[in-house]
Amino acid sequence: MIARGTILTATVIALVPLMLIVYYLLRKGLGSWSTNFFTTDPTGNTFFKSSSIGGIKSAILGTIEIVALASAISIPAGIAIAVWLVEYGKRSWFASTVRFFVDVLTGVPSILFGLFIYIVLIVGTGSTYAGYKGSFALALLMLPVVIRSAEVILLLIPGALRESALALGAPRWRVIFSIVLPTALPGMVTGVLLAIARAAGETAPLLFTAAATLKTNFNLGQFMNSLPVQIYTDVTSPTTAVVDRAWGAALTLVVMILLLNLIARLVSRRSRLA
Amino acid sequence: MQTASLPGGDRATLVRSPLARLPDRALKYGLTALAALILALIVYFFIRLVGEARPVFAKEGVFGFVFGNDWNVSAEHFGALPLVVGTLITSALALLIGVPVAVATAIYATELCPLRVRAPLTVLVELLAAVPSVVYGLWGIFFLAPKLQGAEQWVADRLSFLPFIGGGAVTIPNYFVTGLVLAIMILPIVSAISREVMATVPSDQKEAALGLGATRWEMIRTAVLPYCRSGIVGGAMLGLGRAIGETIAVTILIGDAPQLGKHLFGQGYSLAAVIANEFGEAQGDHRSALFAAGLVLFVLTLLVNGAARVLVMRAARARHAPGNGSGQTPGGGQRLAETAAGA
Repeated sequence: MIARGTILTATVIALVPLMLIVYYLLRKGLGSWSTNFFTTDPTGNTFFKSSSIGGIKSAILGTIEIVALASAISIPAGIAIAVWLVEYGKRSWFASTVRFFVDVLTGVPSILFGLFIYIVLIVGTGSTYAGYKGSFALALLMLPVVIRSAEVILLLIPGALRESALALGAPRWRVIFSIVLPTALPGMVTGVLLAIARAAGETAPLLFTAAATLKTNFNLGQFMNSLPVQIYTDVTSPTTAVVDRAWGAALTLVVMILLLNLIARLVSRRSRLA
Repeated sequence: MQTASLPGGDRATLVRSPLARLPDRALKYGLTALAALILALIVYFFIRLVGEARPVFAKEGVFGFVFGNDWNVSAEHFGALPLVVGTLITSALALLIGVPVAVATAIYATELCPLRVRAPLTVLVELLAAVPSVVYGLWGIFFLAPKLQGAEQWVADRLSFLPFIGGGAVTIPNYFVTGLVLAIMILPIVSAISREVMATVPSDQKEAALGLGATRWEMIRTAVLPYCRSGIVGGAMLGLGRAIGETIAVTILIGDAPQLGKHLFGQGYSLAAVIANEFGEAQGDHRSALFAAGLVLFVLTLLVNGAARVLVMRAARARHAPGNGSGQTPGGGQRLAETAAGA
């Protein structure tokens, strides 16, 4: 009885932080939401009232652009590697090694992806920060999540399906492109969306790759602002209005990520492969 | 649509012309190359990181860098001990606070709670993984830390006879708050792995314990927990890896003071935080020292995660054993749950 009570208490304790975070995000964040907040760029002013510090337009658009390119890189690559693991690598030692390293990659701290891209694309090329470099860092971060979730789904596809196609004389690549992938794609959406959601919230890989800027821009070759970086720079500000903008931006970011999570969950409920 | 025509259908054996076999080969080798690229990338990163860190290792020595207690940028002294210690203290706190709560949540979800509550409870715990770390930092520094300051000071005053815990004045950014927020952040992953491992306990073992007259809690203690020990330890280690590498929340919460913290409620620094905070304006040896800090972090997380993977894999292998009967795809469920928990 006592043990049971302790366990129940601990479970309740586990849920308290979530409630508190949601409550404070709504309380502080909603206050700074306004049309202006979403339609203006941050001005860089920090000494004046909230009317002159600007909004988070460049941050929202920057996050969307950077994450979109990161997804365009990591999703096809991740699915391709998952296909290799399931269709070709199977249980060979090489496949096991790749699997192990993919798992290890999952645990690499996100800031190290930023350092890696910094070494390769900034020190390596002697150039400076750019949006696409941030995308590469996020793509590395998403890759293991995409691979492992896609692999799980591919493993669920019945072998009989592949064998029937092969027996009909289809070459392996036809089997993969016409049978395996179309069957698996709806199931893969969940993992992909969760990977995007994770990448969208990351600050550390962007700090030294895409950096921060105030202006909205649509050229991924330039410096690019993003929501997490904007929040991070605003947190350290001594001005209340700027900190309020951080709460508003945080609420925006969390809403975006929760939407992705929600869609992911709905999709995964709809398409149970098993 | 799907009529794969057999080339030369009148032939007795199915032989494709070399040209028709080409796409197959291309796909196979292309995909293999892509998979090999991942390994190559990790190895390349490691080599480059060592290369970038070399100047500071040459200056301070590897041992001197990791265990030197002097991080002074203006004097060009780079001893990372305060950072290493900060990382270890906050991660240890995260485990101490987070793992018991996470395991309790998992026990409640798998063994005790009404079936209707299970799914919502799981989703709620996993939502914690959806909150970005910068938001944890924001919430921690503006809500949690000020709210807890009084309580922390009370504890520090009452326990002033204890070294490291008692004594000093409580600052708003400090080790303890950082550890607490990290505990919240590792909760979903530790809980998800524990839950998955607990789901693999053969039901006949649980029923046997109950049949021998055990109460539910005794059944959990004698049948469930021993069976899942290595899996839970593995999950905790994955959480540890997460806590060690967490950057932005820690940077905001730990106070960025490059000295060894005098006590639990004082400011400190961590390996990841120093990179996030100082890399932007670092030059020369300083930059090299930050790369070296990254290297130490990399090695630390590789060791912890490697060990965790081995433990979790071993626990997952148990479900291949007969008598499981849960009908789950081996390994599949757990990996998906981990993905959902933000792994």
